[in-house]
Amino acid sequence: MTWTWFHRLGSPPYVYALAARLTPWFAWPAALLILGGLWGGLVLAPPDYQQGEGFRIIYVHAPSGWMSMMVYTTMAVSAAIGLVWRIKVAHAVAASCAPIGASFTFAALVSGALWGQPMWGTYWEWDPRLTSELILLFLYLGYMGLRAAIEDTQRADRASAVLAVVGVVNVPIIHYSVTWWNSLHQAPSVMRLARPTMPPAMLTPLLLMLLGFTLFFAAVLLVRLRGEVLNRERTASWIREAVST
Amino acid sequence: MSDFLAMGGYAAFVWPAYAVTFAVVALSVVWARRALARALAEARRRLATRGEQS
Repeated sequence: MTWTWFHRLGSPPYVYALAARLTPWFAWPAALLILGGLWGGLVLAPPDYQQGEGFRIIYVHAPSGWMSMMVYTTMAVSAAIGLVWRIKVAHAVAASCAPIGASFTFAALVSGALWGQPMWGTYWEWDPRLTSELILLFLYLGYMGLRAAIEDTQRADRASAVLAVVGVVNVPIIHYSVTWWNSLHQAPSVMRLARPTMPPAMLTPLLLMLLGFTLFFAAVLLVRLRGEVLNRERTASWIREAVST
Repeated sequence: MSDFLAMGGYAAFVWPAYAVTFAVVALSVVWARRALARALAEARRRLATRGEQS
């Protein structure tokens, strides 16, 4: 087996062209999965025996929460690869992740507050799960602020990568917060070792949404990645060809 | 239909949660496209100024 495919992923012109070509292959399946998940979650799934129709918030809240942690992990792994092997494209991936992750962390916090009010009687509580998710938002904002504050892209890449890697300890803390501490938040119902705790009619739309949001992330990441790759190539001759179309 | 919109009394929580999440979805697309367009414009500008110098 050769490693040429891996080396090509470090080549900016190759990645730029590949990202452009792959985007629709993630975007369209994402749109279909999310539409299917919406129909299943809002219309087909039966009401919950305790929470009635209010439980349907799960179909936007859980995918947002999943995105907040999955995008951060992607960002931290890319940042680590960029730091260790000094691969520009890896730093470009990390930088592309941050605004997407921050947006979905915000969505998870707001949809969670809107779920908390009718079920727990409060929009916000300084609970382990809620607090660690808020810290995640601050990590994203800190990462983006740090990048914005350093003019030289290479220095911004390295400094922000350290922050991203250090901050990744918060991800398992968020995930296990509901098990380690006495939290208001319910335990995981899908991301667990044992079988999911939901019946198929409720679970299937949720899985569609989780997969759809993940593919959506890939599509948006690829669009942002092209911009970040361009920003890192000051003199390369391939850019003339890339911007002419 | 109005039953559906009422969400069993939870309409004031369910619909805003969906609205915020899908606003984030839509804005993610808009912002990503804008970032790419800005990078392309910037690259074109760099190429143009370099062309004049050489």
